[in-house]
Amino acid sequence: MPANDAHAHAESPALRVQFDTEAQQKDASTLGMWLFLITEVMFFGGMFLVYTVYRNAYPGIFAIASSSLDVYIGAANTVVLLCSSFTMVLAVRAAQLGQRKAIILFLILTLILGGIFLGVKAYEWNEKFQEHHVPGSSFHFEGMQPDEQAHAQLFFSLYFAMTGLHALHMVIGVGMLLFLIRQAQKGRYSAEYMTPVDLGGLYWHFVDIIWIFLFPLLYLIDRHLKG
Amino acid sequence: MSEHIDSVKTYALVFAALIAATVGTTAVAFVDLGPFSVVVALLIAVCKMLLVALFFMHVRHSTRLTRLVVLGGLLWLLILIALTMGDILTRNWVGVPGR
Amino acid sequence: MITAAVPERENYLNNAYGIKSWLLTRDHKRIGLLYLFTVTLFFFLGGAFATMIRIELLTPQGNFVSSETYNKLFTMHGVAMIFFFLIPAIPATLGNFFLPMMIGARDLAFPRINLLSWYLLVIGGLFSLFAMLAGGVDTGWTFYTPYSTTYSNSWVIATALGIFISGFSSILTGLNFIVTVHRMRAPGMTWMRMPLFVWSHYATALIQVLGTPVVAVTIILLFCERVFHIGIFDPTLGGDPVLFQHMFWFYSHPAVYIMILPAMGIVSELVSVFSRKPVFGYQFVAYASMAIAVLGFLVWGHHLFVSTQSVYAALVFSFLSYFVAIPSAIKVFNWTATLYKGSISFATPMLYAFGFIGLFTIGGLTGLFVAALGFDVHVTDTYFVVAHFHYIMVGGTIMAYLGGLHYWWPKITGRMYPEGWAKLSALIIFLGFNLTFFPQFILGYLGMPRRYHVYPDEFQVLHVLSTAGASVLAVGYLMPMIYFIWSLRYGKVASANPWGATGLEWQTPSPPPVHNFDVTPIVTHDAYDYSTVIGQEVEVG
Ligand code: HEM
Ligand SMILES: [Cu+2]
Repeated sequence: MPANDAHAHAESPALRVQFDTEAQQKDASTLGMWLFLITEVMFFGGMFLVYTVYRNAYPGIFAIASSSLDVYIGAANTVVLLCSSFTMVLAVRAAQLGQRKAIILFLILTLILGGIFLGVKAYEWNEKFQEHHVPGSSFHFEGMQPDEQAHAQLFFSLYFAMTGLHALHMVIGVGMLLFLIRQAQKGRYSAEYMTPVDLGGLYWHFVDIIWIFLFPLLYLIDRHLKG
Repeated sequence: MSEHIDSVKTYALVFAALIAATVGTTAVAFVDLGPFSVVVALLIAVCKMLLVALFFMHVRHSTRLTRLVVLGGLLWLLILIALTMGDILTRNWVGVPGR
Repeated sequence: MITAAVPERENYLNNAYGIKSWLLTRDHKRIGLLYLFTVTLFFFLGGAFATMIRIELLTPQGNFVSSETYNKLFTMHGVAMIFFFLIPAIPATLGNFFLPMMIGARDLAFPRINLLSWYLLVIGGLFSLFAMLAGGVDTGWTFYTPYSTTYSNSWVIATALGIFISGFSSILTGLNFIVTVHRMRAPGMTWMRMPLFVWSHYATALIQVLGTPVVAVTIILLFCERVFHIGIFDPTLGGDPVLFQHMFWFYSHPAVYIMILPAMGIVSELVSVFSRKPVFGYQFVAYASMAIAVLGFLVWGHHLFVSTQSVYAALVFSFLSYFVAIPSAIKVFNWTATLYKGSISFATPMLYAFGFIGLFTIGGLTGLFVAALGFDVHVTDTYFVVAHFHYIMVGGTIMAYLGGLHYWWPKITGRMYPEGWAKLSALIIFLGFNLTFFPQFILGYLGMPRRYHVYPDEFQVLHVLSTAGASVLAVGYLMPMIYFIWSLRYGKVASANPWGATGLEWQTPSPPPVHNFDVTPIVTHDAYDYSTVIGQEVEVG
């Protein structure tokens, strides 16, 4: 709520020349961020499309392949990510209230939770390597016919592509958090100017939403078959 | 520009709901619902998405334009998937090989 | 520089000198010129490949280049022209330059991102170009699977990655435009007062933002398929190669509207200014742009008529294709109606606008032909389709682009182009164009397939006509290059508003000052209200 709209131009160092007011600048950044997230929706959307096509084509194989993933690790990691969203929203709230120490604290918590998520993900991937569930010439899924092998490989291709792309976004998010923490430590953010924290929050929650869909689609296909 | 600041309690409740939904979707995956298991899983996921978007991403307090952008994006995703699946699901209906 | 004869007034060109002041600029006008330079380069590169294609097709035997070389030539031609010329051509040059000015803004919302997107285009373009030259990519610009993923050589992936990179350039430009239009309009510039050029760029930007990410992810999958051989598009491993076509055309059909919508925006400006009348049915034309952007996403399956796409899907896509024609037709009718009882001037930009209307109409109508399932099965992958899209992309987009360049040249540089030469070149381009591409409709209808360099003797006459036309066309394109450069030094000094136009971009000196307007303009009139400019001098026409 910048009170000095009319004269902001001359006064605020954070206001860029192309804008008249800080409110206008903030609105523009927010809209830009949302549009960027929409491009991300379409980007992941292509993956979801491919997933839909092949799950529809090979439902049985996908169920068997899916049940080789550890559902409890997946669920636990989902909880970790949701926690990080919770701490992120608290960081944004702290920024809105201008509580500088709290911003830093919650951003660091988010960073740690994000790191745990990535660590668990790395552990899971590593397991896949040992089980020969990584697509490629050494791919092998126990107890399947050769053509079924190919279809199981499709599942794991999608698994790696989707979780990989998601993890890449997490890594970018971690970089973003480091930047925000640095800036917050320098005291850059206040109740008047907290747009970067706000936008960072939007990004982080978006990445969370992607995972909210990846988890059931990859880990929870017809679990009852195998128990 | 109206800046709404939600209470910690609101956020905590949303967070609790998200955790509950995660436990719920995991548990229900072990129940044999036939073809509906994917429907239930996706419904729960959509609810979780709505919670995150409306509360954590403040869509609840946002402008009409932001909501339009969000809805537009989801609609376009739907177009992509629906029209492509429209082809894939109706292949072979005429009984001519390859069509 | 150009400022030699102009009394020293600071403008965006003379406020800083040196290569760094260009490579690090955040000024949308300078970035527009950087783009102009870049896409012109790609245009002439693409043109060079086209020249070799046409030389080869002079004779029925393949005696100028081998089949392999021929395949590489049309691939390089298509990639350079589509991804690195046509898609950025109008939005990133004229759009970049004039969209902010037309709504009374000092710059785009995100100037640094704007500069970044230019770098992405350059990097992506050079990368693709290098890959195509070094590796000899022969898949055509469409990269169909499984040929691209299994059989052709691996450079195809590098080429696609270049397109991936430049895709982000397009996304960022679109994002920048949307935010700018929403958030940066001058006081009084309501949506229904925006010039139609801005409307059509807004619609284009929506397509860039919603469509381009899908082709990006498609390229990533192509990459994974090629490198790890995971089977996503490989039928021998349970994949579906037609899925690639779906994903590719989900972007690439709307992308044809990325190419044509900005051109339509230019034509709306030109038709109005040079008949001194508001555009007939302004609102319809504005909404037609939006309708095209939306409907354009529902028709991509018309490129898959002879694939294994289901008959039912093909029927639906064919049916929906007819709906896109409606808003396009609305525009053509409304431009024509604008001319009615107008005081028409035949200045060069207007000649190009007329050229656009005629040629786009032919291209659009033949679009309806090929959207009809039965007819398309006959002509698909023949020269009929080649003629169809060249009528739209060359006859439409490039005509409008040149028209726009002439129209805004005085604003961009502060100099007039030589009217006589310009009229002559417009005429040459129009004639050369038709001579090149009209015979291709006949060729295609008679059964000449595209992408072949050896053909039966009876097609030779038509091919020779086409090659002759291409030579004329080449002369036509070189002429503006020369006299534009000539005019930088010797052209007549232009006033602020040489055409007596109404747009805000004409309310500021030529060339414009760094932040476009000394005082933020306040808008009180509709976009094409000529009562506001009565009495202002009209220099040409
Ligand atoms: C009036 C609306 C239009 C309709 C109904 C239409 C319809 C079609 C159809 C059905 C095809 C496929 C023909 C085939 O491969 O057998 C096609 C091809 C094509 N059209 Fe159009 N079109 C329209 C407008 C445009 C526009 C505005 C552009 C470009 C600016 C364009 C560019 C192309 C291109 C590049 C191809 C060939 C793609 C390839 O296979 O390489 N079309 N069009
Ligand atoms: Cu099309």
